[in-house]
Amino acid sequence: MNDLQAPDIEWVALSPSLIVFGAAILGVLIEAFLPRKQRYYAEVAVSTLALAGAFAAVVGLAASGHGTDDAQVAGMGALAVDGPALFLQGVLCLVGLVSVLLFAERRLEPALHGASVDSFAAAPAAVPGGPAEREAEKAGWTTTEIFPLLLFAVGGMLLFPAANDLLVLFIALEVLSLPLYLLCALARRRRLLSQEAAVKYFLLGAFASAFLLFGVALLYGYAGTVSYAGIADVVSGEPGAIEPGLAGTMGNDALLLIGGAMLVMGLLFKVGAVPFHMWTPDVYQGAPTPVTGFMAAATKVAAFGALLRLLYVVLPGLRWDWEPVLWGVTIASMVGGAVVAITQTDVKRLLAYSSIAHAGFILAGVVAVTEDGVSSVLFYLGAYSFVTLGAFAVVTLVRDSGGEATHLSKWAGLGRRSPLLASVFALFLLAFAGIPLTSGFAGKFAVFRAAADSGAMGLVVVGVLASAIAAFFYIRVIVLMFFSEPKADGPSVVIPSPLTSTVVGLAAVVTIVLGVAPQFFLDLAGQAGVFVH
Amino acid sequence: MSFPLLTATALTPAVGAVVTAAVPAARRTAAKWLALLFSLATVVLAAAVLLRFDTGEGADRFQLTESRAWIADFGVRYELGVDGIGVAMIALTALLIPFLIGAGWNDADPPSSPANGQEGPKDDEAPATRRWRPTQGFFALILMVEAMVILSFAATDIFLFYIFFEAMLIPMYFLIGGFGDRAGEQDSEEGQARQRSYAAVKFLLYNLVGGLVMLAAVIGLYVATADQLPEGTFSLQAILDARAAGELDFGTGTERWLFLGFFVAFAIKAPLWPLHTWLPNAMGESTAPVAVLITAVVDKVGTFAMLRFCLGLFPEASDWATPVVITLALVSIIYGALLALGQRDMKRLIAYASISHFGFIVLGIFAMTSQGQGGATLYMINHGVATAALMLVAGFLIARRGSRLISDYGGVQKTAPVLAGTFLIGGLATLSLPGLGPFVSEFLVLVGTFSRYKAAGIVACAGIVLAALYVLILYQRTMTGPLKPGLEKLPDLKVRELTVVVPLIALLIFLGVYPKPLTDIVDPAVEHTLSDVQKTDPEPETPAVEAAP
Repeated sequence: MNDLQAPDIEWVALSPSLIVFGAAILGVLIEAFLPRKQRYYAEVAVSTLALAGAFAAVVGLAASGHGTDDAQVAGMGALAVDGPALFLQGVLCLVGLVSVLLFAERRLEPALHGASVDSFAAAPAAVPGGPAEREAEKAGWTTTEIFPLLLFAVGGMLLFPAANDLLVLFIALEVLSLPLYLLCALARRRRLLSQEAAVKYFLLGAFASAFLLFGVALLYGYAGTVSYAGIADVVSGEPGAIEPGLAGTMGNDALLLIGGAMLVMGLLFKVGAVPFHMWTPDVYQGAPTPVTGFMAAATKVAAFGALLRLLYVVLPGLRWDWEPVLWGVTIASMVGGAVVAITQTDVKRLLAYSSIAHAGFILAGVVAVTEDGVSSVLFYLGAYSFVTLGAFAVVTLVRDSGGEATHLSKWAGLGRRSPLLASVFALFLLAFAGIPLTSGFAGKFAVFRAAADSGAMGLVVVGVLASAIAAFFYIRVIVLMFFSEPKADGPSVVIPSPLTSTVVGLAAVVTIVLGVAPQFFLDLAGQAGVFVH
Repeated sequence: MSFPLLTATALTPAVGAVVTAAVPAARRTAAKWLALLFSLATVVLAAAVLLRFDTGEGADRFQLTESRAWIADFGVRYELGVDGIGVAMIALTALLIPFLIGAGWNDADPPSSPANGQEGPKDDEAPATRRWRPTQGFFALILMVEAMVILSFAATDIFLFYIFFEAMLIPMYFLIGGFGDRAGEQDSEEGQARQRSYAAVKFLLYNLVGGLVMLAAVIGLYVATADQLPEGTFSLQAILDARAAGELDFGTGTERWLFLGFFVAFAIKAPLWPLHTWLPNAMGESTAPVAVLITAVVDKVGTFAMLRFCLGLFPEASDWATPVVITLALVSIIYGALLALGQRDMKRLIAYASISHFGFIVLGIFAMTSQGQGGATLYMINHGVATAALMLVAGFLIARRGSRLISDYGGVQKTAPVLAGTFLIGGLATLSLPGLGPFVSEFLVLVGTFSRYKAAGIVACAGIVLAALYVLILYQRTMTGPLKPGLEKLPDLKVRELTVVVPLIALLIFLGVYPKPLTDIVDPAVEHTLSDVQKTDPEPETPAVEAAP
């Protein structure tokens, strides 16, 4: 093995992420070489085409059986191309595609100096409120770098649930996180809050990455390899070759337990589960709302994918060790998220805490450790991400003179001012609450049933009670919108361009379709329930 | 496959809801007529269901069945079918809705328009709220509730039932919170809105918690069937068959937990003491037709489901729980009646009276005798009609004076004799006067209870005495005596209001004099339910006197 071998790359199997990364690099080049006026259109076109292309590639791979019979490990063991990976990549491409529409919306902010602008800072590097910023605004600049950043983040997310090797996992984590940190800091309004959110996210995220990396190191010490299959072999007591340099530590269970715990911790941070959730409310609130929507939907999908693969492929032999811990995390997330959300007065923070509770519900399916559990989690993620995107898209539309009116008291009487929008938002809230005939109910039912099937009836009962608590604050918002008198100086709903309308409409349709006729998608998720080893 | 009659019956109001909601803001009257039209079409279809239903010997238990694949992954099928009890409940629901629409004709008009139902001027409305269409919403929501209630009466798949049981809360919630009678104790508009939304949230939370507890039980049921049968199922028929064939046995512990999960949900919906506190709020704050919708239609799903699901699925656990349930039912009867006596607010009085009556229904169900359960089913129908009559007339009265307080009224029969007369008949029906429908059912429930649980029967009789008290005192205070100031010009019932009330009263008299058509439909279903729980009527203790040859 001393000769340098050209790595054997399955280009086709890896095409989804390759397309997205290629387009991201192209986006950077556009930023460098195209005149400012043309960048917006070029970037939007490239991003849309790339994500649509990547989605088509995913569908092609799935249709040719890569998700089921022909599941394979590609890139010399680095990436898995199997059912769960393809399903989540498909969801991520769609979420990315929809997010591009949100990012590209330019009709919400009042036009500045004759130029229509989006929700992102004109000159992010300038001091907030300083002369450089004013200059940039006057010149009508916009930050079109958001599109390549989005593509890089999506690219990292595509790799994350497919990573079949701890180092790839870490690299994917960084590739998806760094653009997100940046994007969080780019809000046009309330820039200080936005920058604070970014710094907070970055610091805590760096912490989590360090934990994850440390876990990788410890597991390498334990198994002598970073590939998932190799570690799983050692865990199950059939090590391959003993690495001479690691003879002293290989097979040491202390390393395995501590390393495994650290890895899981790093992933639970990204998922936003209690007690690793502290960043969620501040970051959700501070980040520009389109970014929050993208982040809330996509990060969760990617991170849960990675967590599933780690627990089901690498650590199933340790099930009896991690299961009780995850039970605790699940219950803490469901109950903690729901209880704290009750006292929130800001829509974005409310949705943040609700996302924590939902992380708990999804974890209930993860803990099931059955094929049904995997597919229920996949379905839940797909359903949840669209509801989330829709909800945040609505938040971008409710505005007053200070930008988005996210304080809940300002939403009073919205149902009278714009019944349609309020009804759609109520639909999303009901889906979050898991009311039948919405996608949220189908997802919740799938997850809870998988948990009950595997004997975790206790989790189901706690989950059901937490749902009841959660229902209370979703309903509080509905009460506010429909049964309170509108305030005289309340916010108005901006008539958006077709971009945001498409997002809201699409999310509403998906929410209802997945609630009324979920069979097709349950089948898809059901076929995608097996991990390649 | 034959014409899916049940689906059509349920779909008609659903379509009506969509159509009504789509009517433009200015065409308020058109929306009302459309809603009425669709509800009448539903009556026709429900009548067709009634006619097609075979009550002969040896007829199938569930008829007019429909079965389609729905969510195979969850083991859920779209399965509809009705037994005699279901037919009767669907008929009641379909029949009541047009009256409710008629009674609530002007209840949801925007406050700015004149109360006489003419199209109000649109120009003075603030542009921000011009797209607000309360009238359209009101009638659309009523039709939506009707569709979901009919589907839950017809569902024979437990999951399907759960979905509509839970989903109907949402339109109901908007009906309670969004539309009030503007006659509450609070003076300010804002204070009333606050009370309304309090009532709506209380309603929703109680019922949602019940529903979620039931969800856990539904999941548990699926897991239990998946363990023992080739594949998990939610089909009531399949579970009953498997149980009869001895292939399915939940085991004592599991069965009791599952029973509790279901029963709590239904007891909240019904509502049974001590889970009843949402009902007086919800009925007090909502408009009279919505209050009737709650107590006469939606709540009946709870008692209906006790009969169909609790007894059918968990016979042993039902038997185990009977002493407790009967005690709770007795407490409901007495407690509801006593609190009704103490109410100052007319609508809350009727709400507490309903709690008392739901006690009778539950008592009849869990007495586990054919008279008891047959009586309970009749009671559901009769209580629906009687409460509708009483509450709607009360609503007309309240709309005239703008107050719900009993003390604001007196001597009404002098200025509005027809109103007072219909109010009296509704009240007499509520206290189960012989000759009116409720008497038959209350008598049957008491006989059925007495033949098995003497003490319970005796206690329940006290409820009748109390009912006479609270109804007659209500009548005496509001209708007789000297005329209260401010009531001198009180107009009598108008044609629209008479059209609503008179048929209801006629129906009450008909059901009181000749209940046989109804009992013919209901009795076979009751026999089936009793055989599910493996109970037979107890032998009379003193042998019957030899019949004369």
